[in-house]
This record gives sequence, C-alpha cells and structure tokens, in this order.
Amino acid sequence: MSTRRAFVVERWTRLSAGSTIAVAVVLAILALAPLLFDANVVDSLTTLFIYLILSVMWNALAGYAGLVSVGQQAFFGLGAYFAIQLSYYGVGVYPALLLGAVITAVLSLPLSLLMLRLRGGEFAIGMWVVAELARLIVVLDPVINGETGVSMIALNAINPESRRDYNYWMALVAMVVLLAAVFALLRGRLGASVQAIRDDEDAAESVGVRVLAGKRTIFVLAAFGCALAGSLWLATSISFQPRQYFGIQWTAYMIFMVLVGGLGTFEGAILGGVIFFLIEYLFGQTGVWYLVGLGAAGIVFALFLPRGIWGTIEDRFSIRLLPVGYSLRMLRSDPGPGSGAKTPQD
Amino acid sequence: MQDTAASSADDSLLVGADVRKNFGALTVLDGVNFTLREREAVGIVGPNGAGKTTLLNVLAGAYRPSAGAVYFKGGDVTTTDAAQRCRLGIARSHQIPRPFGGMTVFENCLVAATTGGGLSGQRAYQRCVDSLELCQMIHVANRRAETLGLLDRKRLELARALATEPRVLLLDEIGGGLTDEEANNLVDTILVLRGRGLALVWIEHIVHVLVRVVERLICLDAGRIIADGKPDAVIADAAVIDAYIGGQGAS
Repeated sequence: MSTRRAFVVERWTRLSAGSTIAVAVVLAILALAPLLFDANVVDSLTTLFIYLILSVMWNALAGYAGLVSVGQQAFFGLGAYFAIQLSYYGVGVYPALLLGAVITAVLSLPLSLLMLRLRGGEFAIGMWVVAELARLIVVLDPVINGETGVSMIALNAINPESRRDYNYWMALVAMVVLLAAVFALLRGRLGASVQAIRDDEDAAESVGVRVLAGKRTIFVLAAFGCALAGSLWLATSISFQPRQYFGIQWTAYMIFMVLVGGLGTFEGAILGGVIFFLIEYLFGQTGVWYLVGLGAAGIVFALFLPRGIWGTIEDRFSIRLLPVGYSLRMLRSDPGPGSGAKTPQD
Repeated sequence: MQDTAASSADDSLLVGADVRKNFGALTVLDGVNFTLREREAVGIVGPNGAGKTTLLNVLAGAYRPSAGAVYFKGGDVTTTDAAQRCRLGIARSHQIPRPFGGMTVFENCLVAATTGGGLSGQRAYQRCVDSLELCQMIHVANRRAETLGLLDRKRLELARALATEPRVLLLDEIGGGLTDEEANNLVDTILVLRGRGLALVWIEHIVHVLVRVVERLICLDAGRIIADGKPDAVIADAAVIDAYIGGQGAS
C-alpha cells in the first residue's frame, strides 16, 4: 500500500453549528410564547407551524425523493376525519388528534403498494385521484353529515383560552419532532439513497439502492406529517367540511412554499413556509387577487429561479445552515504526490 | 443463494446459460452462452443492434431474460433484481452516463459504497476517496454531478461502480465519445483494476482500445455469438469481418 492522502468529510461546519444554536434559542422562546404574547400572535404562530410541517413534508417527498404528489390533501383530510371519528367514539381530544394521524399513516402503507408503481406525472395525478376518492368515501360516513360537515364537539368542552395554548404547544411539538425526524432521515443513509432515486431510479438500483423501500419510507412519513397537520388544523378550526379539508389548495400551498423557498434544500422549505405565512397574513383578505398573485409568483419562480430563494443562495455563496449533504476536504499534509497525480493503491 | 451446479463449476464467476431475450416479436438475444472466469477480462464487440447492451442488462439484472439462466459465483441469480446483484458484487457502468445530477460527485459514490458496498462511516468515505483518486476525480468531488462534462461523467460511472466494491465490473462503451487520448487515459485506469484481479466484461466499439485490456474477445451478431477467442483470432475471423459491413474489417 502506497501513501494515502489524508482527508476529512465535513458534515457540520462552524456556521451550521451556530445556526443550530440559533434554532434552539428560537425554539426556547417559542415554547414560552403563550406566556409572552397575546392571543392573536399565538393563533398565527400555530398556523405557521402547520404550514411549516406541510412545506417540509412536501419537500421531503418531491424535493428529496422525487415523488411529486398533488394529492397530499388526502392525508390532510383523513387525519382530521379519523380524529373526529375517534372523538365521536369517546377517545380524548388530544389523543384522538394524534391517533388520527397514526391511523392515516398506517393506511398509507397499503396505499403505497399501489401508488409507488406509478412514476412521474402518473403518480402525481394518481395521488389527486386518491384525494378525491378519499373525500367521496368520507362524505358517505353518516357521522360527517355529507358535505355540510361536522364539528369536533369535544373541543368545545375545553375553555377557549386553554385550548389555544394546548393547540399551540401541540403544533410546536409536532413541528419540532417532524422536522427533526426528516432532518435526521435525510442526513442518514436513507437521504442519499432517496436523492439517488429522485435523480435516476434505474441507476440507483444499479448501485444497490432498494428503490421501493426508500420511496415507501418517505411516502409514509409524509402521509403521517400531512395527516397530523390536518388534525392540528381541525383543533384550531373545530369544524370539518370535507370539501375544504380535501381541497387541492393545500397542495397548491405546499408547492408554492417549496418552490419559492428552494426545492430539495432543507432550509428552503422552512424559508418558503415563513414567506407563505407572511404573504397570507398581509394579503390573505384580498380574496381572488391573493390567489392570482400566489399563482403568478409560483410560475415566476419555476421559470426564473428554479432552485428557489435558498437554493440560489446556497449555489452562490455555498452557505449551508442545516446541511444534510457531505463535503470532502483533502488535507495536504504530505508534499509528496502532486494534485492530479494518480497513485495506484494496494 | 444456494449452490446449484452452474455449467463448469470450477472458476466460473458469471455465467449466462442459453440466454434469450425478446421484446414483443423482436428477438434481441437468441441463445447466448457466456462464461466469465475469475479475474478474466472479456471484450464484447459487434455491430449496432447485435444485442451487446441487452446482454449486459441481463447480466446486471436490469432485464430479466425471456429464457435461460444467469449464475453468479455458482448461485442462480436469474430472478435476483439489479440492486441485489450489485450487493452480491456485480457493478456496471451505463453507455449514456446516468449520474445522480442533484448530488455531488462524492455523494454519488457514497450512495454506491453504502448501499451496494454495504460499508458505513469512515470505511465508506475511504472507499469513495480511493475510487475518486483512481478515476482522477478528487478535484471535482464536491461539484454537483449535473455540472460535469462528458469525460468526467464517464469517469464518474466508473468511480461509482468501483465504490460498490465489485467482484465483476460490466462496462458499456465507457470509451465511446471520448478522444483517443481521453480513452487511453481511461484504459490506464482500467488496467490498474485488472492488476488488482477485478473481472471485467467490456463492450466497446473502439477495438484497438479494447485489446489493450482484454484477454478474450466475443463477437455478437443478431443476438448470437459468432466468434469467441483470443482477440487477434476474433478480429481476423471471416464471420466477424463479414458482420462488420461485409468485408471491411474494423481497423
């Protein structure tokens, strides 16, 4: 064996360590928000957390695993629906909200056997069909009162002040746990594998990647995340109308957040969620023109800034605040072999 | 893998037994018998449409043969998928490079080392660095693969395949589209691999490049093997010359 050049594989830079500490500080402040801020702020932040969950889930699905779905509202709606069902049969409110998402995730497993046979556009549209089917089936349930919908009555039993705080904390914990889980998965072996699947499924298989297993993990995780977002939404709005919960607008929001923030970058999905939240906060009352503006902005980004805001920043300045990738650095300790020199080993 | 008796069991590594492949009415492989021995390097030539790439796809597990069987290290792998075959030790390169464009060159190799090679942590990193150094790609290790030019994409195909720690390497026209100098450079790399005893199956149109490496040459035509033997003998074979545009030998 001849001389081997030393190297390090960097996964965590000083900047990203700093940003992790910043994230921790922000989270600590957020944990105390109900004690610090008034009711409107707490409600708004709860909404923001739900958007962030949706954004990060769709990014994991489409940006990392290449599974572009326009039917994630299926899980959003089912999460809320099962929570109502469970509550109807006497399960406590907050356990019902969590279990609703768990049941949805369990159901997504057999669904994945069918849907993951489809590729590209077929998968995307197929998921929309699934969402419409789910809505039609849910409407048949007498508990739901057809398209009129139903309220989660048990929520009304809790006094509004406490309910606001409980919802807030549940949304915060759900967001932190889900984002941390996605981050850990993407940094691990699965993250590199699903990105390979996204970029070239056949080539990924040729280097040993278990394609179906990789896709399925992300599919089920995203189903769980979107379902939990749905049941959290139910906790804040109390009423459930199938047409609203299973509406395509949820997917439109997710696509907007991820495209604007940066498809396939972890930071970008978070940034996009915050941007969408601010836009809705400022312009949400302007009705149709708000939606037209959202659509136009989405198109502009897709055409002229395909890597989104964060993707562009990352490319230009190579900044990574929450890195999931790997960076190789060769150490030039020994002056021996020149830079390009080939050194046969073993 | 159970040890079913492959043809001549002793030192055969990868065997295709009476392999047939149809796409609808089109017969692409019409009963190919192919044996690669341990440490052997075999070149495959033949006119366009002869079935070379299809044979490689059947050996790698990308296609399932319509009839016949594939054995690796004595075990029947006919129904084993490509991912599993890679983990067993069969790696390949693609004729048209298929990099993972959104990932860096290093990450491309890392996927191969961790999934196909079954390595983790520092051992996986070391494997990637070794592969990239051998293929002279260390200086572009942190570039996104979609930004690479053709030569580097070809090198990446090789580096990524090597990162899986293969027992046998299937190369599909890895020299195609390169200048003579670039191709010869790639051959130098492949000769290093030969020196380490890696078994090779190499499809290539540029025959003078191929004969620098392989010790046996096979000529395919219309889905059948029409010549098999020492490179000089195969090149001089009348049937081979005939297959290449009737009488005009490959220079």
